Parts: sequence; C-alpha cells; structure tokens
Amino acid sequence: MSDFRAMLAGFPYFNISENFFPNLRLQDGRNWAEEFIQNVVIPRLPEAVASHFPVEIGTVLVMFACAGVFVGVVPLLPLVLVLAERKVSARFQNRTGPMRVGPWGILQTLADGVKLIFKEDFIPPQGDKLLFLLAPYIIFACSFAVFAAIPFSEGILVSDFNIGIFYIMAISSVIVMGVIMAGWSSNSKWSLLGSLRSAAQIVSYEIPLGLSILTVVMLVESLSMQEIVASQSNGVFSWLIFRTPFAFIAFFIFFISSIAEVNRTPFDLPEAESEIVAGFHTEYSGMRFALFFIAEYANMFAVSAIAVTLFLGGWEGVLPGYDILGGFPGFVIKSMGLVFLMMWLRWTLPRLRVDQLMNLCWKYFIPIAFFNILGTGIWGLIFPEDTVISTSISCAIIYIGLIAAYKVAGRGLAQRPAPQPNF
Amino acid sequence: MEFTLKTFIFYGFALMTVASALIVVTVRNIVHAAFSLMVTLFGVAGLYVFLQADFLAATQVIVYVGGILVLILFGVMMTSERFDMPIQVKGHIERGQLLLGGVIALALLMLLLTVIANTPAWKNLTDDGTELPPTTERIGELILNGPFLLPFEVVSVLLLVALIGAALISRKEVRD
Repeated sequence: MSDFRAMLAGFPYFNISENFFPNLRLQDGRNWAEEFIQNVVIPRLPEAVASHFPVEIGTVLVMFACAGVFVGVVPLLPLVLVLAERKVSARFQNRTGPMRVGPWGILQTLADGVKLIFKEDFIPPQGDKLLFLLAPYIIFACSFAVFAAIPFSEGILVSDFNIGIFYIMAISSVIVMGVIMAGWSSNSKWSLLGSLRSAAQIVSYEIPLGLSILTVVMLVESLSMQEIVASQSNGVFSWLIFRTPFAFIAFFIFFISSIAEVNRTPFDLPEAESEIVAGFHTEYSGMRFALFFIAEYANMFAVSAIAVTLFLGGWEGVLPGYDILGGFPGFVIKSMGLVFLMMWLRWTLPRLRVDQLMNLCWKYFIPIAFFNILGTGIWGLIFPEDTVISTSISCAIIYIGLIAAYKVAGRGLAQRPAPQPNF
Repeated sequence: MEFTLKTFIFYGFALMTVASALIVVTVRNIVHAAFSLMVTLFGVAGLYVFLQADFLAATQVIVYVGGILVLILFGVMMTSERFDMPIQVKGHIERGQLLLGGVIALALLMLLLTVIANTPAWKNLTDDGTELPPTTERIGELILNGPFLLPFEVVSVLLLVALIGAALISRKEVRD
C-alpha cells in the first residue's frame, strides 16, 4: 500500500481522482469541497433531487466533515505519543513504564483520558471566567488549524495554499495569545509567570524559525507546501537538507527552535515544575487540562511534520522512482523519527536557565540564521540550477564541516577539567 | 446582488470585525479590550482573503496578533501596578477638545469610506472562476525589482535604527 488513495478507491463513494484533494487555493473561484459536490455527489443522486441540490450548503457540509475528520483523527496522535513518551522515558531511566492497563500498558492513555473526563472542572472564583473558559479552545483550535496545510501525502492534504508555510507560521503564532489568556485569567502568580515566560520564549524563537524557513523558501522559490515537497522528488540527495550546506545548518536551527516553540525540555522553562508548578495551565483541571495536553502533543507532531516537509523530503521517498520511505507511511515514519529525537533530547538534557535560553536565541541562532540567508543567496548565484555538481560540493562541505565540528567540540571537551566531586 | 456562500462568509467576517472593534472601544477592562482586538485583527485578515490578498492576510495575523498584540499585553501587564484597573475618563472635557476630536474622527471616516468605495477587488466577491497569479510574486517584483525598492530600503534602514536604539536604551550602563 503506497497510498491511502489506493485503499479508498475500493469504495464506490471514495473514488478519488488524481487531482481531487489539492487545490484549495485561496484565489481559486472553486474549491475542492465544491468540486466534490459537483463531480462526485450530484452525478450519483436521482434526477429529481440533483437539479435542486443546494451546492452551497453541501460545500459547507463537506468542509465541516473534513474538519470533523481532522478533529476526530488527530487527537488519536497524542494518544499514541503520550504512551510513547512514557515508555521512552521509562527506557531511558531503566524502568518499564506503565504496564498494568492492557498488554504492556498500551491502554494507559485511554484510562488517563477517562479519568480526566470525570474530574471536576474547576474554575478559579477570583479569575476571569470568560477568558479562562476561552483560552484552551484558542490553543486547541490553532494547533489543529496547522494540520490543514501539512501534506501527509500526494493526495492527503486538506488544502494546498499558495502561502502554505507562511500560513502555518501565522496560525502557530496565535497560540501565544491563548497562552497569555490562560495565564492571565487564572489569577495565579504561577500561571502568569509561566505564560509570560512562554510568550517571551515563543516570540523570540519565532525569529530564527522564520529565518531558517526563509532559507528553504529561497531554494524552492515557493511558499506552497506541495511545491516544496515536489522540489525534493529526486531521492535523498535532492532533499533540501543536503542541497546546500546552509540548509543543513538551517535544519538544525529550525528543529531546535521548534523544540523551544513547543516548550519542551531543554526549553521547558514555562512549565518548570520546580519553579512555577505547571506554568500557564496550573489552574486547569479535567477536560480543559486534557485540551492543553492534546494540543501540546499535536504541536509536537506538527513541528516534526513541518521539519520533514521542509528539509527531509516530505512524502517523497529515498530513491527516485521507488516508494521506499515515501508516501503516507514514509511521511509518518520520518515525522515519528523526529518526535522520538525530541523525546530523546527531553529525557537526556537538563533545563536551560532563562539567560542561557535568550543568549542561545539572540546571540547565536539569529546571527547564524542571517548568515544562512546570505549564504543561500550567494549559493543560488553560483549554482542557479540544482545539479549533480552542486549537490556533490554541498555534501562534501557538509561532511568536512561535520568532521571539523566533531574535532573542535571534542578538543573543547578534552580541555575542560574533569568534574570534581563537590561535597 | 446574488447571495452566495461567499457573501455569507464575508458578512460573517465583517460582523466579527465591527462587533469586536466596538467591544475594544467600549469595554472598561483593558485586557478584555486587547483580546477583543485580537478578534478584530483576525476579522481584518479574513477580509484581506476576500480581497484576494492571501499573503497580506497571513502577514496581518503574524505581525499584529503574534507580535504587536503580544507586545501590547506585555506592556499592560508589566508597566502598571494594577493592570486590571477599569478605564474611565476623569474630570471635565472641554468643548474645544470634543470639537477637534470629532473633526478628526469625521475626516478619518471620510478617508476610509473613500478607500472602501474605490477598492475594485470587492467585486470579486460574487464572480467566480477567475484565478489571479499568486500575490507573493507580484509583491516581490514590486518591492525588490520595481517602483517600491527605495521605500523598502528606507523602511529597512529605519527599522535597523529603531533596533539599535532599543538595544542602546535597554542596555545596562557600564560603570568604570
């Protein structure tokens, strides 16, 4: 099975043609929902009904159904990821993790979900009730709106905007507002401190994130997610990460900044348990807390999926012409690999201090990201077309750079005095 | 005018913008006003989509909601001792102030109405099937290879100056 489409084609009402799903371009007069009604639904209806079929209402219903599929399916992702995180952390700490509920504890998250549903929905009496109730929905909605532009496969994509990646950045920048709203309306100092920390961190790290995305956009010359994927269709060496040495650096800046964006260790100051309890969602309980939790894990998958789309070939396979690590399964495997990397980092590294966090962003990442943009421009002038020569030179530079970095870092570690026990 | 789905959604966005803007100027709690402003800015972004300015819509959200509004809230929460104080006008308002304010508001209203009336793209609300090229391409051409190159460069120098100024002001004084 290379694609869901092959599977869905077996059903008469899901006969999906080649160019059926994409193209909800903002500037199109018609969108795919309308086309679905016109081409799929109406020809199957009886004559008398078809002539009076309300296309407009049908279009809206199809759009709602599509959104419903996303809202129904995407929460299953956190269900898996939460269990994966607990199992991974257990392995890193030489434990077994949850084992009681179901075989190997695979039903643990479901049990936790049921527990959260039955918990008391506490609203702080001194807080701002309206904003308190509204905040989880803003974060939840924005986290899920990002999924609308992520191309899971050639056909599995809600809409291929002209401005795909820019839309994702815009929508995910709104999450900050939800965080501030939650922190302020809780009327608790931990919440407020956590939300201000979170907002400062997200706003700061958005800059290197955007600049490293710009590196990709300069290479592809398009903001559309499908076109970014299409430019990486010639096997592993046409993936943008290997296209220029600057994109290689940009990938790491993008990935580390994304970890900071989703507030995970080593950048989890907004949720530092030892300092501010649980950060901006301290006062939330029950289902509202679960919404934050789902949004956090959905975000984690979303940023990994975006990193895969931008740098690691998206749903394109490793070899040109073969479907190895390509299509929908390949995309999910690659994204899950990055998610695992995030978990690995989380359970390995200690938390940064605030000044270290801001120094890393403003003094290292932003200058390097600007240097990347300059370098990508010069690279584009030297190699206007992506050829075998340019890719070979790029890979050679990356290889030499990695070895040099290894040598330098290794020497630095060797020169450092061995840690003395301090009793 | 033909009443289609697009007009329906358009009036939804318009209502959202106007209603939340009214809340911004009438509500006494300044934080509520700021969050209501978020809805207004979102509504305006939606209207940009109807003007077929997709890039501008996303820019509106990323700059105003994700950047400036966050700065406003930071300013409100960090500069004042009691940021949840209700806003109210104290004391007597001079008649001259009222007159001047009214004249300026009227002039602004006239200006905005002129712009609205002279925006041709609203007509695209009802006709469908016309596909325009992506706006990003045209914007890029106009800014970097066209008549707006000089203003663009001037604005970027201005922003750089503002950035250096901010760094200079916020920097700790070095005593020697």
